[in-house]
Amino acid sequence: MTDILFMAAVFSLSFGAGYILIAKIPPRLHTPLMSMTNAISAVVILGALVLLSIPRDGRELFLTALAIAAASFNIIGGIFITDRMLKMFKTKPSVPADVRPGRNREK
Amino acid sequence: MFSGPDLFLDVMIILILLAGIYLFNKPGDARIGNLMAAAALVFGAGATLWRHGLLYPWLPAVMIALGAVSGWRLALRVNMLQIPAMIAVQHGAGGLAACLVAFVELTGSAAAPGGVNQAAGIIGLVIGAGTFSGSLIAGGKLAGRIRQTPSVLPKHSLLLMVAVIAVAALAVFSMISAKPLAAILLFGTGVAAAILGILFSMRIGGADMPVLISFLNATAGLAAAWCGIALQNRLLITFGATVAASGSILTHVMCKAMNRGIRKVFTGSKAAAHLRPDVIFNLDDAGSETETQAIARKNTPLDNLLAAITALKACGSIVIIPGYGMALAQAQFNVAKLSQTLCAMGKTVRFAIHPVAGRMPGHMHVVLAEAEIDYSLLYEMDAINAEFKTTDLALVVGACDVVNPAAMAIEGTPLSGMPILMAQDAGKIIVCNLDEKPGYSGVENLLYRNPKTILLFGDAQKTTSALIEGLAPQLGNTEAQTPLQ
Repeated sequence: MTDILFMAAVFSLSFGAGYILIAKIPPRLHTPLMSMTNAISAVVILGALVLLSIPRDGRELFLTALAIAAASFNIIGGIFITDRMLKMFKTKPSVPADVRPGRNREK
Repeated sequence: MFSGPDLFLDVMIILILLAGIYLFNKPGDARIGNLMAAAALVFGAGATLWRHGLLYPWLPAVMIALGAVSGWRLALRVNMLQIPAMIAVQHGAGGLAACLVAFVELTGSAAAPGGVNQAAGIIGLVIGAGTFSGSLIAGGKLAGRIRQTPSVLPKHSLLLMVAVIAVAALAVFSMISAKPLAAILLFGTGVAAAILGILFSMRIGGADMPVLISFLNATAGLAAAWCGIALQNRLLITFGATVAASGSILTHVMCKAMNRGIRKVFTGSKAAAHLRPDVIFNLDDAGSETETQAIARKNTPLDNLLAAITALKACGSIVIIPGYGMALAQAQFNVAKLSQTLCAMGKTVRFAIHPVAGRMPGHMHVVLAEAEIDYSLLYEMDAINAEFKTTDLALVVGACDVVNPAAMAIEGTPLSGMPILMAQDAGKIIVCNLDEKPGYSGVENLLYRNPKTILLFGDAQKTTSALIEGLAPQLGNTEAQTPLQ
């Protein structure tokens, strides 16, 4: 029972921490955020590696291999596309063009 | 699982991930944040291998190489219009991986039946399979290979319920059956879950994709977390939970931006069926067609183009409103040139980004970044809506529903109640859309009838190109001759 409780606690803590951090991220970065978290969700590759820590038969090896390939595709593709996108964001070094009171851009 | 050093190591790795996410507050820092998240994953892999060992080293090496190379090559080639489709496909890959990992864990020779772990594994398998198939449908819709309108089958809700029951039944049976049968039933559970994913996604329309993609983001994270519970792996649980949190937030933000509850989005919108022509075409708010408007309608495209160029030259401040149509036409580069020209002419240029413009949260921002537009010119809806009253000109490029006054004026449509960009408050309005057909909501755009509006229908690349030419000082007014469709 303590195992379940522990895992539930781990889940809730991480969910909560993630929630607090991500709620503050500005809309302009939502797309790179999604592609990055998309890549991270393939963390299940660690599970596949764990599966290979004990003897497996052919069928299991095949399915696990497939899982690793899919997860790698997800991770590498995601990290690289996020990086590419973030490189595109350009701004001039901060020159306050016309700063009128009451105009707040960052929400 | 409880050992001190192990716990410490895991906590360190998770902190690196969280720190990486924290850095996503500014584009410059975000690049580092992205790499930190990747590093966290690599450290996690290292920790896993060190703890558990690896009996078949060549297998992951080869598979990682194969997957990584194809992922990398795709990442290099995709443009910002295709990003949502690519992310959808990748969600699919992640869901598939989770599903397979759960399956092998549950049916493998070493699998020991055990309540919580087994149940968690089944949940992970089901969510993974549903995410896989749902993502592929979403990807297909985004890539334009599946039709954009919601595909609603007869008795769709009933079919969904049947699928859910099938999944639950097969799952339960697999839990109580002996080994060989259990594996077959588990396979059946996965297939049923995949069918469920298809039924779920096909019912969601093109313009609601931002919600669906965000939702699939969350489910992919959940699938990983449940696999983590099945495998008793802390890292999977935490990484998965964080991703699920991210997806949940974005789903919520998207629904709020459309002012539609998530249930409404997921049950599809039979838009056209519910339109009431009498309500739409006889509104006092829109203004019945005045003589001016009637004359304007009789104008040739060239008249409209010249009027638009005159308006551009005369304005002091302009707000550009980009939409998905601009990305489809790949007109963002022309829009960038146009904004530079206008800036050089001394005008104040700003961009107004509606939260659900595009096909995923933040889509317009990356499309404009792709055209190297300075991101400090981009304003969110809440920040800029009040400014339209004091803006001379609103230029709409490829956007329809997000500027449609019908959202406020008419009740009972899929668009009703959605906050819009108040382009109608600007001094003058130029619209560069493909045609006068309604957007995905199916609601006619009342902005087109506004006497202040100059309509430039046709391919946005061509119309924006014509505007740029018209502004070029040496050409002057009368030589802008690019014909419009």
